[in-house]
Amino acid sequence: MSFVSWHDLAPMLPEIFVLCMASLILLADAFIAEGHRFITYAATQVTLLGAVLLTAQGAHGETVTAFHGLFIEDPVADVLKLMLYVSISAMLVYSKSYLQVRGLFRGEFFVLVLFAALGMMIMISAGNFLALYLGLELQALCLYALVALSRDSAVATEAALKYFVLGALASGLLLYGMSMVYGVTGHLDLSGISAVLAHGVKDPTVLVFGLVFLVAGLAFKLGVVPFHMWVPDVYQGAPTAMTLFIGTAPKIAAFGFVIRLLVGGLQPLAHDWSGMLVILSVLSIAIGNITAIAQSNIKRMLAYSTISHMGFVLLGFLSGNLQGYGAAMFYVLVYVLMSLGAFGMVMLLSRQGFEAEHLDDFKGLNQRSPWYAFLMLVVMFSMAGIPPTAGFYAKLAVLSSALDAGYVGLVVAAVLFSVVGAFYYLRIVKLMYFDAPSDPSACGAHADVGVLMSANGLAVLALGIFPQPLMALCTYSIWHSL
Amino acid sequence: MLTISHYLILAAILFCISVLGIFLNRRNVIILLMSIELMLLAVNLNFITFSHYLNDMAGQVFVFFILTVAAAEAAIGLAILVVLFRNLKTIDVDELDQLRG
Repeated sequence: MSFVSWHDLAPMLPEIFVLCMASLILLADAFIAEGHRFITYAATQVTLLGAVLLTAQGAHGETVTAFHGLFIEDPVADVLKLMLYVSISAMLVYSKSYLQVRGLFRGEFFVLVLFAALGMMIMISAGNFLALYLGLELQALCLYALVALSRDSAVATEAALKYFVLGALASGLLLYGMSMVYGVTGHLDLSGISAVLAHGVKDPTVLVFGLVFLVAGLAFKLGVVPFHMWVPDVYQGAPTAMTLFIGTAPKIAAFGFVIRLLVGGLQPLAHDWSGMLVILSVLSIAIGNITAIAQSNIKRMLAYSTISHMGFVLLGFLSGNLQGYGAAMFYVLVYVLMSLGAFGMVMLLSRQGFEAEHLDDFKGLNQRSPWYAFLMLVVMFSMAGIPPTAGFYAKLAVLSSALDAGYVGLVVAAVLFSVVGAFYYLRIVKLMYFDAPSDPSACGAHADVGVLMSANGLAVLALGIFPQPLMALCTYSIWHSL
Repeated sequence: MLTISHYLILAAILFCISVLGIFLNRRNVIILLMSIELMLLAVNLNFITFSHYLNDMAGQVFVFFILTVAAAEAAIGLAILVVLFRNLKTIDVDELDQLRG
């Protein structure tokens, strides 16, 4: 009997590849001269492309476990990982010139991004508390360092410290919950826990106690009310490129985490955790949307908007059925696209020594660049949930699944608050189209950024008009995984 | 005679002290880092207790991983702290108030 067999290694080829390439880039970058940093950039993009190919090649539409259930490869994991690579690759393209101008275009950035990506991939594929925890920590430690990468910026380091302290607190809560569940069920692997829970346990009080800690830790990581205080500070304080990263890929990983933990492991307790998620989601949608109105900093405003979007994602989990999880998955993927577009636009308008982070910086964008103003309009309409954009369909799918599960009051509240939320998205549209620009110079971007931004904005529009393929993909993958 | 609940209550007390340390502390960031370490140690105690009473080694293996990650976490936390001190010339929690709105 060999210790490790090919059957164990084959499903995790993408992870192994990313790990090797990240280590290689870390080493090679030390020998690359300052002016040739684009080599590191290209190597990072090639790594992501290789990961795409390996993941796509390994996707057979069935569930494969490796390392005694520590690692799971199934359709959900494949779809989430593919979206993860795409979002990270797009993030790198958007942030390239932003980082170059600010002296942050360094090897550390790419290595940290790749290791964070590896952590997220492990979170998405984890089948055991240990793998979940290690993936989560690998991702979180890289993100703390990324936020602090701008060493001379007082706000960035303050944001990094707040992120670190609250992130570590969240890990602590999560671990405490895991230890309780371990104590009651005697298992660390999620399938074993699920099997024990299905037969009932003799000490349900301790179990529910542990569940509260698990959900609190998860809520911290997702950034939902009342565990949201770090989100606005980190989004505002971090350099915009890092904000873009934190606002996109980790949300996909967090969705994978919730699917693995709550659905894969604690499904027999769905009645208990859905009650907690109701409170979290309604508070997030309400407080996120109302507080966003008062913000004058667009990064902070988008942070509160993230909080409300995460509330909507949780709505999808309430129904406790596969259709609802599929809707939540659709919502997360669409949210990542919208978030890429919005933060990408903030970076596109920034120049050397100037951060376009105030709402007023968007004034008169239509006169400066009608096409970019149109793309931003599409993204804002989508975030507000106005048809025919993808955001509308995502909200519709999530709300209808919650409605089917009988949460009528909750759905009414969510719709009312998203009407409130439409105000601050439409305010940006008003600033872009009906106000005079304070700086009338045209805004240009590199060809790659322009093309990608157009593709991103048009994808948001196209997914609103033809949501069926992506929705079918989400439903299919959830259906064949759980 | 010590029973499992004694260990669990001790871990719970340590955990509460660490959470209070994070939320009530208004003076020093280093105390925050110490509270975080204490929290992880409380969790470790919990895992070892359950592992012993369940007669299952997996919990103790988990503890080794937590210890390792805690070391990495402390390294990152202290590094951020050093950068923060260079920028602000203070590590007072109350002075971390540039980000609000």
